[in-house]
Amino acid sequence: MKHTHSTFCLAWAALLAANTAMADVKIGFSAPMSGPVAAVGQDQYDGFILGLERLNGKFGGQTVTVLKEDDQLKPELGNQIARKFIDRDKVDVLVGLGFSNVLMASLPRILESGTVAIATNAGPSTLAGAGCAANVFSIAWQNDGSAEAMGKYAQDAGFKKVFLLAPNYQAGKDNIAGFKRFYKGQVVDEIYTQVNQPDYSAEIAQVQAAGVDAVFVFYPGGMGVNFVKQFSQAGLMKKLPLLSAFTVDGTTLPSLRDAALGSVSGAMWDVALKAPGNADFVAAFSKKFGRTPSLYAAVAYDTAFLLDIAVKKVNGKTDNKPAFVAAVKAAGTELKSVRGPFKFGSNNMPVQNYYAFQAVKDGAAITVKQLSTPLAEHPDVYASLCKAK
Amino acid sequence: MSTSLLLAQLLNGLQYGVLLFLLAAGLTLVFGIMSFVNLAHGSLYMLGAYAFAVVGTQTDSFLLGVLAALVTGLLVGYVLEKTVVARLYQRDHLDHVLATFGLVMFFNEMVRMLWGPQALFVSLPDALSGTVELFGFTYPSYRFLIIAVGLLVAVGSQWLIHRTRVGMLIRAGSVNPTMVGALGVNIRFLNAMLFTLGAALAALAGAMAGPILSVQSGMGESVLITTLVVIVIGGIGSVQGAFYAALIVGVADTLGRSYLPLLLRQIADREVANAAGPALASMLVYVLMAVVLVVRPQGLFPAHKDK
Repeated sequence: MKHTHSTFCLAWAALLAANTAMADVKIGFSAPMSGPVAAVGQDQYDGFILGLERLNGKFGGQTVTVLKEDDQLKPELGNQIARKFIDRDKVDVLVGLGFSNVLMASLPRILESGTVAIATNAGPSTLAGAGCAANVFSIAWQNDGSAEAMGKYAQDAGFKKVFLLAPNYQAGKDNIAGFKRFYKGQVVDEIYTQVNQPDYSAEIAQVQAAGVDAVFVFYPGGMGVNFVKQFSQAGLMKKLPLLSAFTVDGTTLPSLRDAALGSVSGAMWDVALKAPGNADFVAAFSKKFGRTPSLYAAVAYDTAFLLDIAVKKVNGKTDNKPAFVAAVKAAGTELKSVRGPFKFGSNNMPVQNYYAFQAVKDGAAITVKQLSTPLAEHPDVYASLCKAK
Repeated sequence: MSTSLLLAQLLNGLQYGVLLFLLAAGLTLVFGIMSFVNLAHGSLYMLGAYAFAVVGTQTDSFLLGVLAALVTGLLVGYVLEKTVVARLYQRDHLDHVLATFGLVMFFNEMVRMLWGPQALFVSLPDALSGTVELFGFTYPSYRFLIIAVGLLVAVGSQWLIHRTRVGMLIRAGSVNPTMVGALGVNIRFLNAMLFTLGAALAALAGAMAGPILSVQSGMGESVLITTLVVIVIGGIGSVQGAFYAALIVGVADTLGRSYLPLLLRQIADREVANAAGPALASMLVYVLMAVVLVVRPQGLFPAHKDK
């Protein structure tokens, strides 16, 4: 009895395996879809779905099913979602994976399972360095990249003295460190503010008193809206160049409009970028969703095309995990990203350009223009610490 | 330069304090007089900001925006009182917390569904978007309007509570509601009015904060915590106390944020000071509250001296 039972199980498992090889590609998508950063998650989801739609709902000829979960920016929830996707839904790929803290919490199960995981919003330094893993990719950025680009930009622009501001948590410190890595002038002061602080008038007064040539800030989400509004209302936008990372982007510019005029931000993508396929993407996204895409949408859009190439490479046999991991890595080099040059570095972090964009007026509308490319095909500094192949 | 920076920071503290007062005035009235814990006060603040942003941008009029916020506050406040709050007066505080926390989630999700997760754009008329030169600093002129409105509300509520018949009933009702009811005053109506007034004040605070802060779902929660600190320091139920306490908290927080890291650098090295300074500064108002609770548990300016 016991014997027949296990034979039956084996046969069934074999059937299942044969089935999955031929059937759908299953995607487990997770991002913060509610709360203060819901705009970021929504843009990622919409960007990914748009990419999938343009591929006629198929990756490498295989029909795609997308499961969506909201991580609420909570690490413990992100961990549960990753487990659910891997253990219960048996997805082929995890996409999204939220902010750095959420990704790091989901990591142990992902590493254990060997399932391909593509982070579309996080590239924490530990994952880029000693903690790197073969099956975990970041298609977005290594977290320091944009700030490094602004440091280089400030250096190239010849600003002698700068003032740095960021919220008092790990990403804030990483961004300030990234800026200083490429800026050789004098940092008059660096201020770490409370996370989600509403009023910045005290800090803005300190900036004024310091007599600097430029200010660099890292204030993602609502904090950025608060800071930039108040900085602009104090009349400083005309006097002091404001450089930023993840502060003035596609999710905050519509609510800032004139207040952001003149500010410069470092990013690997923005609507104005002249790269093959980008204008087409921006037009399609705006038409479908009635709003301008942000860099979060662009990253997720790229992810769909990356997976298309990778699934094609393995002829739909995504259940051979090591082969699929290698295919994803190789697909990075072939990907025609809307951000221009792109490939995965040795640590599975992007090697890409970081541009400087400025918010400008275009008739009545506020848009961005590309100023320069401070860092071209830039790998991160942590790659040398990565021991995985 | 250092004195002028201090003066500028004091002005910033005053402005922040006044903004806190607008929120605290309504909350302390509802909490102190009706003994009702209203966590949804922050939601009314958010709704005020949304009404201001939507109407103000549509009509291109600052005044209409503020008016819309006030009307929204009055309406939502009245409906909330009639449908939810009135049923809870007899229950204990935990039930208040549970019900109003539910309201917070309801309103946050509602604005997200109606206006999306992105922060709303808020326009400011040219007349208010200028700057003023003060102590060698450029200062946004809009901030002076906030200060003016806050002072106006302070004077107005002081007059309402201490100089009018309604104010007399409110004060009497807070000490002994049963007796006031026995004297033929409709205490339920009085409560409804008070709650509605508090809601309108919160919405006004939201409208005033709209142009300087990010108008988005959940904007009420972070400021609500500081507001609770204000009413505890000021003495629950005392509008006057809320005013002074708001100024104390505003100035203490601003000065703490700007000077604590600098002071720490005198005794510790820069790295340590940079890490510990902001952490200490963010604790400052809570430490202040703890000290007040130890020394004067009834608050610095309690509503009833003999209680």
